[in-house]
Amino acid sequence: MSAAIATRPDARDPGAASQARLMWRRFCRHRLALLCLGVTLLLYALAAGAEFVAPSDPDATNARMVFHPPQVVHWLVSTPAGFAWRPFVYAEALKRDPVTLAPAYVVDPTRRVALGLFVHGTPYRLWGLLRSDIHLFGAVDPGAHVFLLGADRLGRDMLSRIVFGARVSLSVGLVGVLCSLVLGIVLGGISGYFGGQTDWLIQRVIEFILSLPTIPVWLALAAALPKTWSPITTYFMITLIISLVGWTQLARVIRGRFLVLRGETYITAAMLDGCSQARVIFRHMLPALTSHIIASITLAVPQMILAETALSFLGLGLQPPAISWGTLLEEAQNVNTLASAPWLLLPGVAVAIAVLALNFLGDGLRDAADPHA
Amino acid sequence: MSRFILRRLLGMVPFMALVSITCFGLIKLPPGDFATNYAASLAAGGETVSQATLLSMREQYGLDRPFLVQYWRWIDGVAHGNFGYSFQWQQPVSTLIWGRMGLTLLLSLAALLFTWAIAFPIGVYSAVHKYSVFDYVFTFLGMLGLAVPGFLLGLVLMYIGIAYFGEDLGGLFSHHYLNAPWSLGRVADLLRHIWVPMVILGTSGAASLIRVMRANLLDQLHQPYVETARAKGLSEFTLLLRYPIRIALNPFVSTLGWVLPNLVSGSVIISIVLNLQTAGPLLLQALLSQDQYLAGAFLLLLCLLTVIGTLVSDILLALLDPRIRMQ
Repeated sequence: MSAAIATRPDARDPGAASQARLMWRRFCRHRLALLCLGVTLLLYALAAGAEFVAPSDPDATNARMVFHPPQVVHWLVSTPAGFAWRPFVYAEALKRDPVTLAPAYVVDPTRRVALGLFVHGTPYRLWGLLRSDIHLFGAVDPGAHVFLLGADRLGRDMLSRIVFGARVSLSVGLVGVLCSLVLGIVLGGISGYFGGQTDWLIQRVIEFILSLPTIPVWLALAAALPKTWSPITTYFMITLIISLVGWTQLARVIRGRFLVLRGETYITAAMLDGCSQARVIFRHMLPALTSHIIASITLAVPQMILAETALSFLGLGLQPPAISWGTLLEEAQNVNTLASAPWLLLPGVAVAIAVLALNFLGDGLRDAADPHA
Repeated sequence: MSRFILRRLLGMVPFMALVSITCFGLIKLPPGDFATNYAASLAAGGETVSQATLLSMREQYGLDRPFLVQYWRWIDGVAHGNFGYSFQWQQPVSTLIWGRMGLTLLLSLAALLFTWAIAFPIGVYSAVHKYSVFDYVFTFLGMLGLAVPGFLLGLVLMYIGIAYFGEDLGGLFSHHYLNAPWSLGRVADLLRHIWVPMVILGTSGAASLIRVMRANLLDQLHQPYVETARAKGLSEFTLLLRYPIRIALNPFVSTLGWVLPNLVSGSVIISIVLNLQTAGPLLLQALLSQDQYLAGAFLLLLCLLTVIGTLVSDILLALLDPRIRMQ
């Protein structure tokens, strides 16, 4: 028995594991959430390195490549020595149907565009700092065109546009959540900690905001933004508008937790020990809330992404030279265009993947943070 | 019970006053007013307007008065059924809105029924057959329904309609009935068209309601009273229907308070995509051209709709659960 006491507490012994380690262990049991964590991290990495990942310049127009359909990648090439691993796409040219004169892209089996990894292409400055022209993948010949996900009405590469759009769309979620979090913690915390009339007032404000129909109010607020503002200002205003509604949910969660925590004996003990209110809140209560807050903000991010997409889609959010998944989808609004170029809907697939991954991740985090919830 | 309803109704009065001020504030928010917008749109067409005309326009519509005066004029009119004048349509607002609001309400209610109709059986099935294949399938579909924004679903359906069936799924009426007076034929035509927006709108609401229903029923299924009933020899089906489901049904009513606002709110954007003759497209247009009385009327009525939804849900909940009305 004394030997058991003498040995250092084993790192795997649950009694000795920190709260964070316990949470991580519970989270790892959630396979789907773990997978979604990977997907989410990958998406954010792609967005961060958009210049490097995108095969071409998202703003480069090409009048001869208008509505170019997506190309299929062929992986193997037959050589005299057998099959070789050499990915390529067949070039396609715009031809007119001799009878109907309708334009159509025809595959030219004689012209192959070789693809490669880490190829030289359009020069760029990564984050405005690193000068380079290396792209993750693309046509080996810098002059050739590849449209893996098709082209839009100005002949711009959809894949590159989606990758660049991810930068705005995914970051709107993060910035918006940050704004909501500050509002939510401050107001929800005050409401839950002090209770009484303050609580009553804040709760009525939250109820009021929650009872307004979100989308019409967003539309009205977004319509009030002057069109002459710079894209950056518009971006932050849109984010702010979205988080104006988002903070209420967070504030409710935080208030509820504060109310529960206030009754805990260790909080009473801290108060009796003469801790200042700030110390009780920041040293004793907030750490107990961290896991819940992380889980709730993960679940709030996809809501923000959806909101930005919807607003930009309606033409009230970011304005076209700025690229986001919403502004890309705005181009897909016309059904007749859509019928001839269905790949314009692909940014929507990106939205669905991002939102799905974040939702599952948030669910997993919530379960890990509180197995009894 | 009547005291409870009376108290709730009285509570609504200051609430609605606040809502109306917010709505009016929202539509007054953009810089400039209708007169400047009017001048800008004329200038874009190569015409010019004299300052005097603009001034008289501002005077005529009271655009130069202080905010509270304008608000008071507006709300006083609204109380008398006069929603003001639409600058853009050159018509009184009240002739424009009622038909569209009616269709919005109809669409929202249809979507609500659809939501319930799917969420109830699927939620019960998922709870009773927990972790079965279909439970996973429904959970996944539900998550997908939450992740895909409604307008995207609308676009996909429109695309499928055009590409594979050669049919435009947008609109609430076919061309023939668009401006026709109400008749049995027009109602039938409406029913033929309304299912597309109804399904799109209902999907995301159903997804979350299924999860709530499943979780609630799971909590009830292993309670001692269920065991007792089973021990007494009640058949599984009767047992399920008679006890646990009745308790698990509470969220259907309590969530009405936020499901209805979501539906009304969602219907705005979906109507714009599908080009429906509901409030959405007209509201967007009015907001963009700062047609303030039209936009204000729509905003106010949409808010009113959600407030009434919340009220109805509270009253229903109080009817179901005596603890709430005793508070």
